[in-house]
Amino acid sequence: MQSFRSLLYRFSTMTTLPSSAPDSTVTKKPTRDVLLVSIWRGEADEGDFEAHSVPAHDNQTVLDVVSWVQQHADPTLSYRFACRVGMCGSCAMMVNGEPRWTCRTHVSKVADDGALTVAPLRNLPVIKDLVVDMDPFFDKWVAAQAVHHPSHSRADPMQPVSTQTPERISANEAIECINCAVCYAACDTVANQPDYLGPAALNRAWALINDEKDAARQEILDAVSGTGGCHNCHSQGGCAHYCPNELNPMASVAGLKRATAMRFFKGR
Amino acid sequence: MQRHRRHGLWLSFALHRLSGLGLAFFLPLHFLMLSQALGGAEALDTALRWTDNPLFKLAEWGLVFLLSVHLFGGLRLIALEWLPWTPGQRSLAAAAVAAAFALSTGFVLTAVVT
Repeated sequence: MQSFRSLLYRFSTMTTLPSSAPDSTVTKKPTRDVLLVSIWRGEADEGDFEAHSVPAHDNQTVLDVVSWVQQHADPTLSYRFACRVGMCGSCAMMVNGEPRWTCRTHVSKVADDGALTVAPLRNLPVIKDLVVDMDPFFDKWVAAQAVHHPSHSRADPMQPVSTQTPERISANEAIECINCAVCYAACDTVANQPDYLGPAALNRAWALINDEKDAARQEILDAVSGTGGCHNCHSQGGCAHYCPNELNPMASVAGLKRATAMRFFKGR
Repeated sequence: MQRHRRHGLWLSFALHRLSGLGLAFFLPLHFLMLSQALGGAEALDTALRWTDNPLFKLAEWGLVFLLSVHLFGGLRLIALEWLPWTPGQRSLAAAAVAAAFALSTGFVLTAVVT
């Protein structure tokens, strides 16, 4: 898990900017050429939205807008990004009240009459401005046993894996997660139940349960059937609705509910 | 309503929860009405005359709506959690609401005609 964290934290951008940058804090009405952008500044308990006028362009992403503010208006703005192409999962934020991967979210699709409100991800502690502490998110992955448990060593011959079994197909449907925490921010159960492991960790646990190379199926089922486990889910579907990679964590959680229930009825 | 809740499955959840609460409030009134029989036929008939009120018919429509929406919403959840996943969850949710409307509207039409 350390590699996830190091990747995510490496890119909290803090660059210095030209002193001749235009004053974007003058609040104007949004027009066809100007976006009115409100960005959260401060920490979770103490802070406020700061308004900026940002030049509008074709094919502009929300991350482009945040970067413009940091590079031309306020160099002290903290936010997080890395790949800019929807692979690393670093740049998720709340955009007009909805969790989005900002590098692949076009302004034209989410702006309200040229207005954008950008806030840190919901359900995670705010470190500063748009940067949240991802530790609780990744700690829950570990708590859900959503880590690979090897069944073979490197000394063993390579294990053939059929791509056609129902289990492998289920695993394949859940493996493209980029750990962006958009589903975690969309989930009201996470908001109301701090112990809840959350859709991303449970989705990963479901992938591993269906992976014949994983050697700890029972341990995973133990981990996901406890107090904060899969049975907390109310199937509200925010995770599936907002997942930028179009995964369906709600279906994975439903699979875990079935697997844990079947194990219970079998007396294990 | 917060923006992240504006999608079909969250609305289905809210409808299921609210209809369940509505039914929970209805049940004590239902038992109170039935308990009038303990005071004899006259007492029960007096209470039942309330049901001739047009407003009561409207309330009955609401009750049947709550019952049917909760029933179909519950079936949807059981299907989601106990049957292999199908991608048409939103369609099922919409179908549950539509079926609830159809049932309750059919009921109120029957009540009006008869």
